[in-house]
Amino acid sequence: MTADRVVEDLLRSSAPQVLGALVRRHGRFALCEDAVQEALLAAATAWPRDGVPAEPVGWLVTVAGRRLTDLQRTEHARRRREDALAARDRGDAPPVTDADPADDTLELLLLCAHPALSEPSRIALTLRAVGGLRTGEIARAFLVPEPTMAQRISRAKATIADAGFEGAGADRDERLATALHVLYVVFDEGYTATAGPSLTRVDLTAEAIRLVRRLHRLLPGDAEIAGLLALMLLTDARRDARVDPDGRMLTTAEQDRARWDHAAIAEATALLERTLATGPLGPYQLQAAIAAVHAEAATDADTDWAQIVVLYDLLEARSDNPVVTLNRAVAVGMARGPRDGLEVLDTVADDPRLRRSHRPDAVRAHLLDRLGERAAAREHYLRAARAALNQAEKRYLEERASRTSPPPGELG
Amino acid sequence: MKYLLIIQMNPEVWESLSEAERAEIAGGQEGFMEAITATGEMVGTHALADPSQSAVVRGRPGAVTVTDGPFLEAKEYMGGFYVVDCESRERAHELAAMIPGTDHLPVEVRPVIFTGGYGLGEPDTP
Repeated sequence: MTADRVVEDLLRSSAPQVLGALVRRHGRFALCEDAVQEALLAAATAWPRDGVPAEPVGWLVTVAGRRLTDLQRTEHARRRREDALAARDRGDAPPVTDADPADDTLELLLLCAHPALSEPSRIALTLRAVGGLRTGEIARAFLVPEPTMAQRISRAKATIADAGFEGAGADRDERLATALHVLYVVFDEGYTATAGPSLTRVDLTAEAIRLVRRLHRLLPGDAEIAGLLALMLLTDARRDARVDPDGRMLTTAEQDRARWDHAAIAEATALLERTLATGPLGPYQLQAAIAAVHAEAATDADTDWAQIVVLYDLLEARSDNPVVTLNRAVAVGMARGPRDGLEVLDTVADDPRLRRSHRPDAVRAHLLDRLGERAAAREHYLRAARAALNQAEKRYLEERASRTSPPPGELG
Repeated sequence: MKYLLIIQMNPEVWESLSEAERAEIAGGQEGFMEAITATGEMVGTHALADPSQSAVVRGRPGAVTVTDGPFLEAKEYMGGFYVVDCESRERAHELAAMIPGTDHLPVEVRPVIFTGGYGLGEPDTP
């Protein structure tokens, strides 16, 4: 690891501690966040040159505190008449030391999950305030122009400008669920990005895992946080095996299992076993358990589909998401045969929430294909390919369609 | 998710509008751009010349034919478009409805599945 990379990682992991310390002392989330970004920038220049200070978090809090004072002065000059909004300096907040820095990752995540924010705003703000990413990095990760992302972040901050940590009270559970969803979406964005690995883009998958891992360390008893971490690790473990050297998407069945990250799988399954033993059971744990059943099979033929069906039954009972039923149709098709799978599919295919989705057609095509009904399978593969919103998936479905084309002799 | 908001130009409809109505639609674009810039949803926008300025190119390098005029004569054609990045399909519809003139010139909303260029994804300039 290069020295710059060490500094970068240290800065990113310190960011929520520094921001937390400032918000605790002064309230005023938006202004504190500006001050922290400036302190991170100052450190990124100074540390590689002068060496990392003995107490990096303390250093950052001091510099950010000074910047905050400057920002407040500027702001006061601008809106002198709004003294009532002046920062609350809480002299009783404990001083920050590196020996035992309070970790406000959780409080900051809850703040970024504020109900007044849209999902893209929550994501952007989380990555900046908790992940310590720069606006430009977030913009590139989501392929939008930097001014667009800067505007999105500044509007999000303005929306919750004067919020402190006392905000998330009554709706704390709901906000934690939202925060976990935000991290899940960040992971998914990184995982399904069509643009492949790129040195110039932040690895959103790794970033989401880093933040969930940190959250899990803070709240080791929360079963759903542990479940989400296990789910991400298990999904990410298959990452390198998902595409062939030509960039073609491979199904789980086609993947070379030797290329799965078995260390990550072992960590996730151990974590999941501990978690499932203590409960309470929730959707992330169930999705992780399904991923674990796949991961544990030595070959695709060894997959315990009956177990997967049971897990989907449990998941379906806990969620109101037609996609879960679609997945159950696939599992039932594998466990009991394609006709049973089609029966499950028929119960959900007309759900208006799936009207524009390519998934019902993809699942139907797959089940018909296994029944040997090639012409019908081809038709549904093509329909699914037309509706797919992901290029790799589109290509995969088109290829399946051409593979189910009847040989020329069979044509009418 | 990114969406392309395609303004469907219909010259017959456009010519039937009064001077004031046309000015309102054209001038109102400015306000729409400001609104979606402020929310952090604006990615970019382009207005296109009349299809009479189009050429259609066919063939391979070295064996190309160029035909003047549009690919197909149509009553409606793409007059211009916005690219937005927003929370959901519903929000994209909402944004499309904010474009001035949709009561005369409908707007097609289509998801974008790949984006490149425009300096997106380029390394940080320190």
